[in-house]
Amino acid sequence: MATTTINGQEVTVDDEGFMTNYDQWNEEIGKSLAAAIGVDMTDEHWKVIHFLRDDFKAQGVTPTIRRVSTAGGVDTKRLFTLFPKKPAKKMAYIAGLPKPAGCV
Amino acid sequence: MAANKLRRKLAPNEWEITVVDADDNHRYQPGYLFIPFGTYKPTQVTKSRRKALNKDVPLVYGEIDKVLPEENAVLLTDGRRLDYDVLIIASGVSPRPDQTDGMTGEEWGKSVFEFYTYDGSVALSKALANFDGGRLAINIVEMPIKCPVAPLEFAFLADSYFKDRGIRDKVEMTYVTPLPGAFTKPIAAEAFGNTLEEKGISVEADFMLMEVDNEKKALVSYDEREVPFDLLVTIPLNMGADFVARSGLGNEINLVPVDKFTQQSKQFDNIFALGDANDIPASKAGSVAHFEIDIFVDNFMQYIADKPMSHKFDGHANCFIETGAGKAMLIDFNYDYEPLPGKYPVAGVGPMSLLKQTRINHLGKMAFKWVYWNVLVPGRPMPVGALMSTTGKRTDLIDSK
Repeated sequence: MATTTINGQEVTVDDEGFMTNYDQWNEEIGKSLAAAIGVDMTDEHWKVIHFLRDDFKAQGVTPTIRRVSTAGGVDTKRLFTLFPKKPAKKMAYIAGLPKPAGCV
Repeated sequence: MAANKLRRKLAPNEWEITVVDADDNHRYQPGYLFIPFGTYKPTQVTKSRRKALNKDVPLVYGEIDKVLPEENAVLLTDGRRLDYDVLIIASGVSPRPDQTDGMTGEEWGKSVFEFYTYDGSVALSKALANFDGGRLAINIVEMPIKCPVAPLEFAFLADSYFKDRGIRDKVEMTYVTPLPGAFTKPIAAEAFGNTLEEKGISVEADFMLMEVDNEKKALVSYDEREVPFDLLVTIPLNMGADFVARSGLGNEINLVPVDKFTQQSKQFDNIFALGDANDIPASKAGSVAHFEIDIFVDNFMQYIADKPMSHKFDGHANCFIETGAGKAMLIDFNYDYEPLPGKYPVAGVGPMSLLKQTRINHLGKMAFKWVYWNVLVPGRPMPVGALMSTTGKRTDLIDSK
């Protein structure tokens, strides 16, 4: 586990750069993380990110794309437009959540 | 298996156990993999449920309409009502081709097949026999699926099958997966990825299937990649039973959310979900259900005695992976440890080797059918531990990754 500084705040991250402490995240950090992977945040992006964070808090795991689309109400095609190529990974990265398990 | 084990533990004058199932056909599902290649005949994978069940456990044939968890009752579609003190949901998952656009279109049953059902594997055996070359795509729609290694095994066996028929050079095989590689866990993914490469099977990774285009005969992903096929063998989305959703007990794919150590429902203390029906972060595999039930039975005895459940299931799974030409690999893993090389079940000795292709592993896989019917289903004890062991395994590989 490593430590890095984002927006002047020290945060812990895993070896792929996913934040590991839920409470160290704030919107400013989310914005910086998004910029780092080339995502320009709009209200629609934030709606998705906040769903991820709320759902993680309630369920204890990073939601799957299917869950974001059925429970979060943003369809999969749209998620691929908002977070191109690898939405599951990108959403979790910006939301400061563990990389989705990808299942077993 | 749970019913058979519990029946032996619970006093007959205190506990009644009733099993509800749709019919009397208990399928040996691991056998579906072999039907398309003619290794097993369809008749070899079916036995009577009634005969597999302890004679003191009544078997009710019927379809479940829904569970009324507030009333502790199960309603059947024909109107019958069964009251319970404790409910165990073990209704598994089923392939749902209807959940993907175009999958059940015109090409379904012509060039689009699956082998996760009895009928599907029988239909595919005919299609494979008539296939004389072209593009074969093997596709996983979405994880989790039952037996996550089965699509890989299908690819390996298909490679051998076409070689035996002398047409391997006429078949172009592509493995199309939503995962970043051949498998979910890195060290095993590398071993399986190498095996695919050795066999000349190309991998289309990170492929989230949006639709099956029947006109073009192609898989189309959300990021607009296309994989054309002459024959598609797909693993459709796997979902839990619809009655779970109708009862308000399921998540977005009808799996019952449970505590991952005890399999107790997060919503209702007197409901447990075992095997594929629950949402634990372990493989949906027969071995998981088997190890899980060993732990569950001990917990259940504490639960009914009003004691805290002290046994923790660790997500233990082990799977044989047929790699073709009479060889197989074996993996053994749990919540905390990914599959590692080593020996199994006895550390340093084996006789089976983890993450290596050997003849002994293949014999183990074929012998497993006997073990399934004669040891597991009747609920007799297996001579391997329910919890995973790291002894004799290359745990040093984890940090080097």
